[in-house]
Amino acid sequence: MEPINWHSFFFLLSSLVACVFALGVALSSNIVRMAFYLVLSLAATAGLFFLAGADFVGAMQLMIYVGGTLVLLIFGVMLTAKGPFITMKTSAGEWILSAVVGGSLLAMLLSAATSVQDWQTTYEPPAEARVTATRLGMGLLGARVDQLDEPDAAQRAGMSGYLLPFEIVSVHLLVVLIGAAYLARPKKRMVSSADRP
Amino acid sequence: MNLLTQPIGVSHYLIVGAFLFVTGVVCMATKRNALGVLMGIELVLNGANVNFVAFGSEYLRPDTLGIGLDGQLVALFVIVLAAAEAAVALAITLNFYNNHATVDVDQANELKG
Repeated sequence: MEPINWHSFFFLLSSLVACVFALGVALSSNIVRMAFYLVLSLAATAGLFFLAGADFVGAMQLMIYVGGTLVLLIFGVMLTAKGPFITMKTSAGEWILSAVVGGSLLAMLLSAATSVQDWQTTYEPPAEARVTATRLGMGLLGARVDQLDEPDAAQRAGMSGYLLPFEIVSVHLLVVLIGAAYLARPKKRMVSSADRP
Repeated sequence: MNLLTQPIGVSHYLIVGAFLFVTGVVCMATKRNALGVLMGIELVLNGANVNFVAFGSEYLRPDTLGIGLDGQLVALFVIVLAAAEAAVALAITLNFYNNHATVDVDQANELKG
């Protein structure tokens, strides 16, 4: 009996949690339960990121996604969950149609994911853990410290980091948040000041 | 169990990513609640993120094969853009709810020709 590979064990555990609760999101018709299942599914996906060695991305998944975006979504659920909007049933025809489309899409993606030999081969991961936060931060600032030993000078010039996308995404986030605050502002009352007591 | 004793490869991550993607697509297609559609979008983005991280991981493939740190950087951008998208979509949903007193996407047919 071979010893259990604990990396594989925890991968199976978190992928099972992520897939089961993602299925729960798709199949449940109660919007509050869907929000809760989505929290668990995304947290398990953060576990998958940790297991792939992406510690910083996993932490950001927990902090931004689970802690920020989903809290926003849950606020939306709480603001709109009234009476008939909590459970909205989907008709059986739409379920059948989407099951056919989703099943065929899943079959295509699975056959594509398992057909390449290079993706199937597994190897023993490096023994020492390498923290990625510093390298990711330098990459966002425009210096690829992980690519310094690239022998080809022409390829090295193309790996100039992500400073411009970082700036674009930060301005984009500012614009989007101002736009969202403008869109969701309370409506002005059409009452003149003379009518007020 | 074979899966428990063997190391994990990229294709295992791709299978999980494909499953998350398909559940997100089905969720987007079947939900009538606008916030349910939004949750489907989050699932789709997460499925794509799993693939990015898997291809960039040095734990699953040797350094020379993968896309290195680029996968994790793109995954970070996806997370930030998903936050922005959720904020705007939530603002639109709340505006729609204020104006029409419903969140049913089937009722949003004013622009129908």
